[in-house]
Amino acid sequence: MLIIPCPYCGPRDEIEFACGGEAHIARPLAKNTITDAEFADYLFIRDNPKGVFLERWCHSAGCRRWFNVARDTVTHEIIEVYQMGSTPKKAISKTSYSSSWRRNTMAEKAAKPYKRSKSGRVK
Amino acid sequence: MAQNQPERGQRGLPGGSPRYSAFALAKKAMNYHQDWQRAWRDPEPKSKYDVVIIGGGGHGLATAYYLAAVHGITNIAVIEKGWIGGGNTGRNTTIIRSNYLWDESAAIYEHSMKLWEGMTQDLNFNVMFSQRGVLTISHSEHELREMSRRVHAIRLNGIDSDILGPAEIKKFVPIINIDQSIRYPVMGGFLQKRGGTARHDAVAWGYARAGDDLGVDIIQKCEVTGLRRQGRKIVGVETSRGFIKTKKVGCVVAGHSSVVAAMAGIRLPIASRPLQALVSEPIKPILDTVIMSNAVHMYISQSDKGEMVLGAGVDKYNSYAQRGSFPVPEHMLAAAVELFPVLSRLRMLRHWGGIVDTCPDASPIISKTDIEGLYFDCGWGTGGFKATPGSGHVFADLIANDSPNKIAAPYTLDRFRSGLLIDEHGAAGVAH
Repeated sequence: MLIIPCPYCGPRDEIEFACGGEAHIARPLAKNTITDAEFADYLFIRDNPKGVFLERWCHSAGCRRWFNVARDTVTHEIIEVYQMGSTPKKAISKTSYSSSWRRNTMAEKAAKPYKRSKSGRVK
Repeated sequence: MAQNQPERGQRGLPGGSPRYSAFALAKKAMNYHQDWQRAWRDPEPKSKYDVVIIGGGGHGLATAYYLAAVHGITNIAVIEKGWIGGGNTGRNTTIIRSNYLWDESAAIYEHSMKLWEGMTQDLNFNVMFSQRGVLTISHSEHELREMSRRVHAIRLNGIDSDILGPAEIKKFVPIINIDQSIRYPVMGGFLQKRGGTARHDAVAWGYARAGDDLGVDIIQKCEVTGLRRQGRKIVGVETSRGFIKTKKVGCVVAGHSSVVAAMAGIRLPIASRPLQALVSEPIKPILDTVIMSNAVHMYISQSDKGEMVLGAGVDKYNSYAQRGSFPVPEHMLAAAVELFPVLSRLRMLRHWGGIVDTCPDASPIISKTDIEGLYFDCGWGTGGFKATPGSGHVFADLIANDSPNKIAAPYTLDRFRSGLLIDEHGAAGVAH
């Protein structure tokens, strides 16, 4: 049983949430230069680490907002919770983010960086 | 298809010596069963093998057995980090059926079913295969229509399948509640009479004993820590008990597939999820078949010991912890009690989780990889047990011939690039 700290509502029971799987997957921009293999990376290939995993959750029976969670898949410990459009802050989840093969994909390199307004919202 | 019988290998020859029989049992009883021999050896790993199978579960042991029995390759090691059959092989709910929608799935699961039907004789080990029928029930008119479509497709593939109405279901399973006023009323169902259950531990032990008898080394408590390669070729595996030289590695590690794949720099479309099951205290026989419901995520059977065996759907998040979240069995038990009110005061004795390797299309991967000599058999997700013999049989064929046979061909890793998916979520997404 997980108690997930929703960044907007606080800690709640996991039955209020939906899990959206791996986070930080950039959509390949619709260009003819994208190969089938690169599109398969986006559609099907998933990180499945034994250890720190960066994933998306939606508080579907609460505020209905999406956010990111860094969680250990062996201990189920939630390491940190951070907003959509941002990257993890703690060292252990930072390493997990930067060492992922996804950082080197064509899709990610072609994606535009997020822009935030003063209120913190992603434009 | 129903006429084609799989190549079973050297029938009558393997199966362990001395052979198990009623006579042997009576003879050993004279000595209070004190002098039964070991069922398989406990060898030290050799420095070199023709084939190394990583993973000593049902699928891995079956692969080794068929490599030896059908293809004559006997210099094989099966490497297991724990003990054989201690992972998902000992954690499933032992349901066997072959009623899948698509032709590709029907081919492999029916191949498996035929091997189940002769397994006890092939291995000289009683796997307690019991064709008690598997009844899948539907709870809405739409589900019933989808079900009849599936039944017709299944029958076209030569696999037995019958549609039952609520009254027939009540006759077949007297303890079921067919009251139409409940939240998920029983509106119909379909039955595969050849489906059923088998003793899961016996499957692992039977394959281990028969494989060992043919010369397969089963090495337990030996963890693979790395895959050594030269360029794009496999040259061996690093283990906790030293380096083992080999040119062919078959990887059959279920929930840990992504972990072993990462050792070779391969990425898989797999998510490892907990799948939970539980058993009750033993009671007198009340259920002589297997009941599944995809809509309410529940499947139930009664073991020969009398325990009610219940299973649920997968948990919603990735995990390697071999335990799941409480809401999943809670939901499943609510459904079980509504369908079988007689169970409401039953106490549950044990509850566990296994880590299953789920694929985006709910179909397995039986494939070569970009690295020469490295093969994967994974992605069986929630439905691996029923496929144990078929999976091992076609995977052995792939390893021996270095090219997939007709049954294994659709299950390549390449299907995620080509888009030729085998979408079995309707038939395989939930149960087993």
